[in-house]
Amino acid sequence: MSLPQVDLRIILPEITVAIALAVVMLWATFLPPERQRLMRWVSEIGLLLALIQVFVVPGGAAFGGMYIRDSLTKSLHIIVMLTAILAVWLSGAYVERTRLETGEYYALFLSAALGALLMAASADLLLLFLGLETLSIPLYVLAAIARRDLRSQEAGMKYFLLGAFSTVFFLYGLALIFGAVGSTSLATLAAQAGTGSPLLLAGVGLLTVGLAFKAAVVPFHAWAPDVYEGAPLPVAAYMSVIAKVGAFAAMLRVFVLALPGGVVPWGAALAVLSVMTMVLGNVAALLQSNLKRLLAYSSIAHAGFMLTGIIAANRAGTSAVVFYLLVYAIMTLGAFGVLLGLARRGQEADDISDLTGLAWRSPALAGAMTLFMVSLAGLPPTAGFLAKLYVFSAVLDAGYVAVVIIAVLTSVVSAYYYLRVAYTMFIGQPSPEVEFVGGRWVGAAIAVTAAGVLLLGIIPAPVTQYIERVADALK
Amino acid sequence: MLTILIFLPAAGAVIVALLDRGRDPLLRWTGLGASLSSFVVSLLTFALFVPGESRMQFVDRAAWVPSLGFSYHLGIDGISLPLVMLTTVMMPLALLSSWSSVTERVKEFTISLLLLETGLLGTFLSVDLVLFYVFWEAVLVPMYFVIGLWGGPRRTYAAIKFILYTMTGSALMLVAIITLYLQSGAQLGIRTFDLLRLRELQVPMPLEAWLFAAFAVAFAIKVPVWPLHTWLPDAHVEAPTAGSVILAAVLLKMGTYGFLRFLLPLFPSATAQFAPVLSVLAIIGIIYGGIVSWAQRDVKRLVAMSSVSHLGFVTLGAFALTVEGLQGSLLQMVNHGISTGGLFLLVGILYDRTHSRMLDDYGGVAALMPRFAAVALIIVLSSMALPGTNGFIGELLILLGAFRRNPAYAAVAVGGVVLSAIYLLWMYQRVMHGPVRVKAPAALVEITRRELLTLVPLIVLIFAIGVYPRFLLSRSEASVRALLQHVSERAVDSPFTIATPEIRWREFLGDPGIDHSRR
Repeated sequence: MSLPQVDLRIILPEITVAIALAVVMLWATFLPPERQRLMRWVSEIGLLLALIQVFVVPGGAAFGGMYIRDSLTKSLHIIVMLTAILAVWLSGAYVERTRLETGEYYALFLSAALGALLMAASADLLLLFLGLETLSIPLYVLAAIARRDLRSQEAGMKYFLLGAFSTVFFLYGLALIFGAVGSTSLATLAAQAGTGSPLLLAGVGLLTVGLAFKAAVVPFHAWAPDVYEGAPLPVAAYMSVIAKVGAFAAMLRVFVLALPGGVVPWGAALAVLSVMTMVLGNVAALLQSNLKRLLAYSSIAHAGFMLTGIIAANRAGTSAVVFYLLVYAIMTLGAFGVLLGLARRGQEADDISDLTGLAWRSPALAGAMTLFMVSLAGLPPTAGFLAKLYVFSAVLDAGYVAVVIIAVLTSVVSAYYYLRVAYTMFIGQPSPEVEFVGGRWVGAAIAVTAAGVLLLGIIPAPVTQYIERVADALK
Repeated sequence: MLTILIFLPAAGAVIVALLDRGRDPLLRWTGLGASLSSFVVSLLTFALFVPGESRMQFVDRAAWVPSLGFSYHLGIDGISLPLVMLTTVMMPLALLSSWSSVTERVKEFTISLLLLETGLLGTFLSVDLVLFYVFWEAVLVPMYFVIGLWGGPRRTYAAIKFILYTMTGSALMLVAIITLYLQSGAQLGIRTFDLLRLRELQVPMPLEAWLFAAFAVAFAIKVPVWPLHTWLPDAHVEAPTAGSVILAAVLLKMGTYGFLRFLLPLFPSATAQFAPVLSVLAIIGIIYGGIVSWAQRDVKRLVAMSSVSHLGFVTLGAFALTVEGLQGSLLQMVNHGISTGGLFLLVGILYDRTHSRMLDDYGGVAALMPRFAAVALIIVLSSMALPGTNGFIGELLILLGAFRRNPAYAAVAVGGVVLSAIYLLWMYQRVMHGPVRVKAPAALVEITRRELLTLVPLIVLIFAIGVYPRFLLSRSEASVRALLQHVSERAVDSPFTIATPEIRWREFLGDPGIDHSRR
């Protein structure tokens, strides 16, 4: 058996991340726990190198057309790398403080990033599946990595059981699609989509379930609040972004690129899902008093907003989803970063009341959190507003007026709970039990994300111009 | 120039943010300095403004996000000029008024007010719809904090109600803005958010009515037009004095300004069709607001409800679609800012001394604070529109304009003038005259020089506009005429034509008039 000729330069970023992953896994085995903090730097350097490579590596297809590096891949890869790099900054101090298994933590962490990279670049359902699993399995383990914390164990178990279940759906869908069109390649799927056989429809439907689970789209969202609440904070931060990036990359590849037009009527179905997601996510978030749960519902709600960009299925919609992913990554990591900067008696300070009076003790931290909340609520002059404007104009262009009206009204609802968090920081007396534990790197991550939220909100042109090239991936 | 005007307060806010928390006087002076320098720039704009020109002046234009059709496009014309001046005049006074009443978190308070000023000025100066929307919404967050952090006992509720109410309206407006943008692609060949281009659109009718409704609701909530006014009493009553002043004097004008700047030119046909509906709502507001004010026992609430009545006049004038109506409407926006802003300052001064807002707790204040009573009388009379004060000119023009459109409108609306005389004089009498019923008369010391300083500029303006309104009217006239011209040319199938009749008020006011070459 001989392997086909592959231009390995095309997959250089993935190779770099994989090497970093191997190094971390093997090296950490030989290091005593107190010296494993070195792994943080190995991961950091690996990710940075991979990020640089994304900009220089040539585009093209590899592995017999299973892997594709086009403008969409590039933009998504940049988002994945940025997320991972920022999440490493957020993780460092926490992992050392709570004595998690450092080597394993970073190995799993990089593995999830690798999965997201593969998903973003897949031109074949099989590679998509591989990426999905490479992304998901490490996340199950990461959710449960705090071995002495029952909540974390429970979160990992729940996430694993439900996640495995949803993967089965995905796999079944893949099999049905293979049965319908005789290939797992997305290009073939696009060419054969016109047949509209029931087998194909069923396959696409099951595939949607699998992806909707990863993106936490209602009604496949139930795991998210429990898992976020139980998982260690930096894991929740990382998971909430990286899983979304992977899932929406896959949705863009499958729905917008491979199944455009009305051949398979997924538009209306996804429109229903997105409306349900926006309404439920935003309304349920109103009732939360735990910040991790609140951010979980917020991430569900944002999944709904992004999903509207998928149903637009036009050039603007595609760039809008990518831009939204970038903005979502930055503001969510920022908000989690503020939580990571605090602790209540050594525990995570994850209750809204823990933020009481924060503004008088640390104006900078409170100011940053206010900025993230304003951005998450989609108010100008922040990036969150532009992301929404961008998505909504694409969706209106596609003619989904009702969806947009529901979307804007639910984002008004979201202002209530986001601003309540901001408000809490400015009233009352700070609790002496809450202390600052962030350290330099968490501070740096908050500063970078806060600057990003403002800059993308005020001068987005350079970034949107770059991202608009992703539409070239559409034929 | 306009860019400097808008971002001077924001720059001030940044400086304040960098200063030490404890140094209150320095923080206050920096804030005041920033808003005063903005005022100086606006004076310069006012002086250099060419009165007879109807187009945008001092245009600042730059690409923002070209691929999405946003542009950074600022400009000032006769419609925005008075409101910009109003903002820059009121903001230093509001800051000054808070020197004794806000003693906690001075730093955050100053930052909030300065950011608010940037948002307000940006709203009035934006010519691009996205830019406008950004500023429009950016006003909400600082105001939310001003009400929610420095407000009265029910401040949390009031702040949330304020923000949810206005955000709901503006969310739908955002959908309408995007729809216009998409329409522009089909009709103009280029997708743009630029107001000057979008004015040329001819939106097909059922759609135009929907878009009109979305914009109208957003603006009507802000004004507020009856029956969308219910957020207003809570927000005004709970806000700190400076917050109420800015809310009443400037924030509400964002809505009426929106009518003139966006609603009329963008949707001329729908405007012609729905003007009677809005006029009737405005008249209901005038009468309703008057009656409800009459029934109030809380001074601050009374003043707040009187805003509903007074802004009814402004709305009525805007939808009369006559030169007098529009000019009066514009002038009355400024007048209401001055007089109601002044009333809130007065209430604030009393509240600082007694910590009560109930009418029953007052009486005989004139005996204890004679200078205060004299100043208050002038402001009350201005709010009542007594001849010689600014309010008279504004209401007269509006009633004239409304009369030309439909005599019945004017006939009913005049009732509002009578009502305002009743509740304002009644309030004045109960607070100022009669036996001294204040619980702690010793607390009622005469107003300080600083407090007087916040009121004197208003009194000067009251008489200046009352006697010589032309310095404002002549600057706005060309733009108002051009606006009406635009509406009457572009309105199709309107049930009535939009006339620009002879301007008798000009002769009436003894004004020779500038040369106005009309087509």
